[in-house]
Amino acid sequence: MKRRLRVDPIACKAHGVCAELFPERIRLDDWGYPVLDDRPLPDELVEHARRAVDACPRTALHLVPIDERGARGRPELPAGDEQLLP
Amino acid sequence: MSAAVAGGAARLLPAVPSAEGYTAHLATAGPLPAFSGDELIAELGRAGLTGHGGAAFPAALKWQAVAERSRARGAVVVGDAMETEPASLKDRTLLALRPHLVFDGMLLAASAMRARRVVLCVASSSDALARTLVAALAERRRAAPHEPRIELVTSPSRYIAGEETALISRLNGRRALPRAVPPRPFATGVDGLPTLVNNVETFAHAALIARRGARWFRSVGSAAAPGTTLLSVCGGVAAPGVKEMAYDSTIGQVVAAAGGPAGDPVAVLVGGYFGRWAPAATAWSLTLEPGSLRRAGLALGAGVIAVLPRDACGVAETDRILAFMARESSGQCGPCSRGLPALAALFHDTALGRARPGVLETCARWSLEIRGRGACRHPDGATLMAASALEVFHDELRRHLRHGPCRESARPPLLPTPVLTGR
Ligand SMILES: Cc1cc2nc3c(=O)[nH]c(=O)nc-3n(C[C@H](O)[C@H](O)[C@H](O)COP(=O)(O)O)c2cc1C
Ligand code: SF4
Ligand code: SF4
Repeated sequence: MKRRLRVDPIACKAHGVCAELFPERIRLDDWGYPVLDDRPLPDELVEHARRAVDACPRTALHLVPIDERGARGRPELPAGDEQLLP
Repeated sequence: MSAAVAGGAARLLPAVPSAEGYTAHLATAGPLPAFSGDELIAELGRAGLTGHGGAAFPAALKWQAVAERSRARGAVVVGDAMETEPASLKDRTLLALRPHLVFDGMLLAASAMRARRVVLCVASSSDALARTLVAALAERRRAAPHEPRIELVTSPSRYIAGEETALISRLNGRRALPRAVPPRPFATGVDGLPTLVNNVETFAHAALIARRGARWFRSVGSAAAPGTTLLSVCGGVAAPGVKEMAYDSTIGQVVAAAGGPAGDPVAVLVGGYFGRWAPAATAWSLTLEPGSLRRAGLALGAGVIAVLPRDACGVAETDRILAFMARESSGQCGPCSRGLPALAALFHDTALGRARPGVLETCARWSLEIRGRGACRHPDGATLMAASALEVFHDELRRHLRHGPCRESARPPLLPTPVLTGR
């Protein structure tokens, strides 16, 4: 099953550990919060992703099945809200 | 506040803007028909009713999602009358004039979902509205004692408190803050039960569809966007207020229904503080249909149409709205609670002409970077509005940067940006 990264933005407190451990898919914004590339993870990156997930001190980072609804690394959008975005 | 009616399309707003009591309501609307839940949901689906709280989500899908889950455990029905958008008046207007139509819609939903609780939520600052509703609910209980009781609950008047997960938190005895989904309200909401949250206008339309049917509902508007919508029209119009228009009306017709432009219109903020600016020349011929607006990068949101006349400054208006949206972040998510104030501060510097190299490019980059990264859509609305201002007021922004604030920006604000205290 394909997976992608998701961050719980309420739990995340910008420790930045994740971006250090998994720069292939996580960078930090101007305020130190992670910006995720939430495309499906190829198999060879899953281990790296898991390491970042396990290291997050806030347990804010998750690997979720790709078929879970939602877009652009956000937590789940209310269904239908995608149409609000350009 | 005027509750004018236009285009011969008025369904929700009465011809005479006076509060309708229960007896008068039954006389105009007729008794509520008995429906099985499934029949009613199918009828809402055929009608093509979409939500009027901002996201235009199909009502039947949401009702179905809750109804399916409620079989085992029951459900909760919540009417969202928070209306925390400062430029919006339509929900309080509807509730002041036709409270029983809204109650009808909520009670129909309650019966379709076998709801255990039916709750109407209003902002704690709306004393007048709460008083009206207390009286209307008391009248309803006396006249129709067999109906389920509708509870009236107030929640702090903050912008994000009207967001559905914030309402649910409040009803669950926690602070009125949005939370991350899933679980979504239709699966787990108030008291852990499947919860239907609809805007009060959505419930009012549902109550009419139950009586008159999908075919009647679709007889105005267009095939893609049937029916009417309430709009709060403000800014540079001669008669601001709440108007009811069919979806195939153009924004030009909406402005005409609001007495026509006051001053030479240069831009329109479509959808409110959650919406987007468009040049008046572009906006004028667009219809309110989601497809028509979407092609122009717009969305109707909760139905605010604000007209910017030439003697007001779009940069100054946007500056104040962005500051408002930044203040109204609930402070839970970094990209929103840090990003929005940073974006607002940068925009403010621009408005004051405190030039910094690359300031507009940074605004544009942040407006993209922040978007989609909060637990709720608050930052998405604010950043889309900011991005549209960067485009539509491109020339004005550069003029501010070069020469400092324009003369127009010293004028009193066109659009309200109150400091909300939560009281
Ligand atoms: C920041 C924010 C504020 C909101 N405020 C309101 C509000 O005041 N009233 C409302 O009806 N919906 C509001 N909404 C939308 C609700 O979350 C929800 O989508 C809506 O009530 C669903 O009803 P509908 O399907 O009938 O549109 C808000 C959403 C967000 C993101
Ligand atoms: S490690 Fe966890 S808390 Fe820190 S930035 Fe990454 S997701 Fe956020
Ligand atoms: S996105 Fe902003 S408003 Fe929404 S929950 Fe997070 S901090 Fe609060």
